[in-house]
Amino acid sequence: MLAHLPILQVILPLMAAPSCLLIRKANLVWLFTLAVSFAALIVSVLLLQQVYATGPISYTLGGWQAPWGIEYRIDLLNAWVLFIVTALSTVVLTAAHTSVQKELEPNRQTVFYTLYLLCFAGLLGIVATGDAFNVFVFLEISSLSTYALIALGKDRRALWAAFQYLIMGTIGATFILIGIGFLYMMTGTLNMADLAARIPPLSESTTVLAAFAFIFLGICLKLALFPLHLWLPNAYSCAPSIVTAFLAATATKVALYLLLRFTFTVFGVDFSLSHLPLDILLVGLGLVGVFAASIVAIYQANIKRMLAFSSVAQIGYMVVGIGIGTATALQATLLHMFNHALMKGGLFLALAGLVYQLGACRIEQFRGLGRTMPWTMAAIVVGGISLIGMPLTVGFVSKWYLIAAAIEQQLWWVAVLVVLGSLLAVAYIWKLVEAAYFQAPEVDAVKEAPLGILLPTWLLIAANIYFGIDTRLPVEVTSAASQFLLGGAAQ
Amino acid sequence: MNSASLLQLSLVIPLLAVVGIQLTARRENVREAVSLIAASALFATVAQLYLPLLNGQTIAVHWLDILPGLALAFRVEPLGLMFALVASFLWIITTLYAIGYMRGHGEQNQTRFYSLFAVSIGAVMGIAFAENLFTLFIFYELLTLCTYPLVTHAGTDKARQGGRTYLGILLGTSVGFFLLAIIATWLLAGTLSFKQGGIFSPGTSVALLSVLLGLFVFGVGKAAIMPFHRWLPAAMVAPTPVSALLHAVAVVKAGVFVLLKICLLIFGIDTLKSIPATEWLLYLAGVSILFASIIALRQQNLKKRLAYSTVSQLGYITLGALLATSAGMTGSALHIVMHAFGKITLFFCAGAILVAAHKTEVNELRGLGRQMPVTMTAFFVASLCIIGIPPTGGTWSKWYLMLGTFEAEQWILMALLMISSLLSIAYLLPIPLQAFFGGKKPLEIEAGTAVVLKEAPLPSVIALTVTASACVYLLLYPDIFYRLIAAGI
Amino acid sequence: MLLASHYNYWIVIALMMIGLYMVIAQGNLVKKIIGLNIFQTSVFIFYISVGKVDGGGAPILNEGEVLYSNPLPHVLILTAIVVGIATTALALALIIRIKRAYGSIEERDIQAAEEMQERSAHHARVSAGKEQ
Repeated sequence: MLAHLPILQVILPLMAAPSCLLIRKANLVWLFTLAVSFAALIVSVLLLQQVYATGPISYTLGGWQAPWGIEYRIDLLNAWVLFIVTALSTVVLTAAHTSVQKELEPNRQTVFYTLYLLCFAGLLGIVATGDAFNVFVFLEISSLSTYALIALGKDRRALWAAFQYLIMGTIGATFILIGIGFLYMMTGTLNMADLAARIPPLSESTTVLAAFAFIFLGICLKLALFPLHLWLPNAYSCAPSIVTAFLAATATKVALYLLLRFTFTVFGVDFSLSHLPLDILLVGLGLVGVFAASIVAIYQANIKRMLAFSSVAQIGYMVVGIGIGTATALQATLLHMFNHALMKGGLFLALAGLVYQLGACRIEQFRGLGRTMPWTMAAIVVGGISLIGMPLTVGFVSKWYLIAAAIEQQLWWVAVLVVLGSLLAVAYIWKLVEAAYFQAPEVDAVKEAPLGILLPTWLLIAANIYFGIDTRLPVEVTSAASQFLLGGAAQ
Repeated sequence: MNSASLLQLSLVIPLLAVVGIQLTARRENVREAVSLIAASALFATVAQLYLPLLNGQTIAVHWLDILPGLALAFRVEPLGLMFALVASFLWIITTLYAIGYMRGHGEQNQTRFYSLFAVSIGAVMGIAFAENLFTLFIFYELLTLCTYPLVTHAGTDKARQGGRTYLGILLGTSVGFFLLAIIATWLLAGTLSFKQGGIFSPGTSVALLSVLLGLFVFGVGKAAIMPFHRWLPAAMVAPTPVSALLHAVAVVKAGVFVLLKICLLIFGIDTLKSIPATEWLLYLAGVSILFASIIALRQQNLKKRLAYSTVSQLGYITLGALLATSAGMTGSALHIVMHAFGKITLFFCAGAILVAAHKTEVNELRGLGRQMPVTMTAFFVASLCIIGIPPTGGTWSKWYLMLGTFEAEQWILMALLMISSLLSIAYLLPIPLQAFFGGKKPLEIEAGTAVVLKEAPLPSVIALTVTASACVYLLLYPDIFYRLIAAGI
Repeated sequence: MLLASHYNYWIVIALMMIGLYMVIAQGNLVKKIIGLNIFQTSVFIFYISVGKVDGGGAPILNEGEVLYSNPLPHVLILTAIVVGIATTALALALIIRIKRAYGSIEERDIQAAEEMQERSAHHARVSAGKEQ
């Protein structure tokens, strides 16, 4: 059993997805989905433990030896990401029952959970696999189900957003496919570890360069890195609230994982960061993204959309960390993956509670919410403070590492810009605070969000504070993982 | 009870007070009794740390490590204790005053007001007792966040506008410069713990230290050094007790206290002297003093005038700290205390005038001395304290500051201090003098009858009498604080 | 020389550009999807032609046959084709629902409808603000 953990991680939700259609009753399907997600969480915790104790695990599918067969390779990096994805998915799912019941028609709820599990399986697959082509397959599994999930949104705009995302996503995935094709042409292998060994001697080849360019571009599309982010705000703001929370907490993290995996493990840090001016590119794009997206966020009236732009900005920070490329900087990125998942998961769940009561979440509707929905609003304030990066919240920890990394490398301007970027977050978060606490309510008869949503929200918000104070777990794991990433590249 | 637990208790009492205030929100009298009791208990707790500390006992608590090497830890050191003593004592008085003011003025959301007040004091205790810059930063930010709702208390457009400026500048400078400076210090020195004589090794590049000092001075926005002073006048939209305790004492004093502590315990006097930037920043503080005085002179709104006077006086304290001489530091620390008592009295008076006579502008106060003799007398005494004339404690701090400029041979600055003192006479003293001797007696003429005594509610009058007497008392017995300062510098 | 020996790549590139151009330039959603399909197909052809070995036969275990094409890219692309079909099916399903919701499958019409909705919502907000 223990030896099969890597495959179990992926196959469990994948098999569970069609089973949902057999169960049919929405309540049972929800329970079933939750159970599957929880089981996946346990698997990922066991994996993380095992990897932390004994080093990377290699699992060959069907007994076919790598590099011919498909290998699942779990090291600290993907064990960490698997943990983030499963943990956040489980928490988000606990809130799903209440929110989905309200937002979706009964006959669509079963489909919703089926798609959710498929998307979940796809994301886990991307992270777990050690095979480049397999990445593409799982990417498409998760993407296709994501398009459908977004299209489930109430507004007709959801359809349009889903369509736009489908076009962008397919182009991105096809770029990745082309890149993988080039790599296969040059090396004759699809196994990532094998690729990593064969690419360095070929680093002068233009084909490898083209492969890198295609893969990089494809991933950036999925990652919604500025300026390829245009699909994200629409998709996030139109999708059902639970989907938004799930995607914000997990999907971008997985795309970021892919970027890390390809730049650091497959192509190697020498190729990616010293051969190409990728460091400048990533730092530059990241910072421009932080500013552009944050400034746009300030002017959004739809709060879901505002937070979606904020997500684009936060992706900018993570990419800056990759661009700087030292151990501290990578650690900052890995930490922020986890921390951002906690913040945005909590914030979007809080919005789910708002949508449950108000039907939408525009800034005008926030007036007086401090009094009518005190717990939801308090969650938004704490989550927002974490987003800004105040001490004693997780946001502070990752920002600390990022700034320290920048100063270590004498990149003072980066440090200053990172800091200024977080001030922009103050501007858009405070817009909410002012409306909620210092303006009279528009409608008096608004009730607090139901416990079914409130409890998971506060679970994540509490995690924001807990991991901001007791930072041992994330700091230790990410420190080891970033060492591993750089060490792995040096081999 | 041993000293370490007393230290923890002083951090916990304000939080307990919040719980108590929230629980008794329905019954006004009980709620305010809780506030008063908590304030007195806090003062008693802090006061008990006084003797053990002077006897050389080390009082420290280590809570936990947030990141490796970054601890949430507290240690009592003399300057911190001085600050804590002043703040906790004035909390009692201000609560007393607030009871009269808030009721007399019929303010809304009083429970929120008292709770946040207690949290603010808790944050001040954290700042006073922080063992390292990191802990200090946490409480510094907490203080900003929990005073923000107090500034916007009224909820009007103007209040929200003021709140935005307040939050924008304070958070902006602290995250933009202060945090950056802290991280850089950490990377440079390997530690953030306060240490006598500074933490930088002698070989550290002077240019880098210059940049750091600049970042610190501008980053501690609460010290209101120009050009980052605008939040202070903006914060005057708050209810008067808030202006009194927070914007005359807790918040701004937290700012200058942090600066003093950084100069003394992060850089150290010797390092500070060797940095070329110190000179520039000294002149900046001088300019800040002078300009703020001139602006104060032109303000017609009483609270605004007092606010600019605060900006100017904060410049004195910063200047004293940057002089890097022992007299300068002493003067700086003493002025934290003296200015606290003086300015809080002035704000109390401003609030009392608002509640009793509904006046906010300076030119409306002529002849008011006959109606509110106690208030205006207190105003007079406190003005003397701010200016630094006997019989008030302000004399001592101004004396040491002058001595500091003398020691450092900064003749220009010395002249500047004198000019500014003259200016402060010009913008403060006419107010009480005209109130008593204002020729027109407009009130009497309008009413056509003899002036009736009409002071503010009794708790408020008691409060301002106590602080005004303290100003005089401190002339005779500055020793309480002087001993602490001598031990600290 | 380059043109002749690598003609398969030139075809791939031509198809790819045609596909991408259609996706970007066509306002009709169905035509966009056709473009997307051409784009994907170009990649399929790319993979298949990469696997071809000069003079090689089909990769079937057969006595005497020693030279055969690399089967792996073909297998891979089989998966990709399936994915492509799924994408197309989903896209068409979305288009049907877009047609129902907006009454058009022209990008321009949809965007105009969006803007109108946004503007009317804004007006409603402004007038609500004035009432206060």
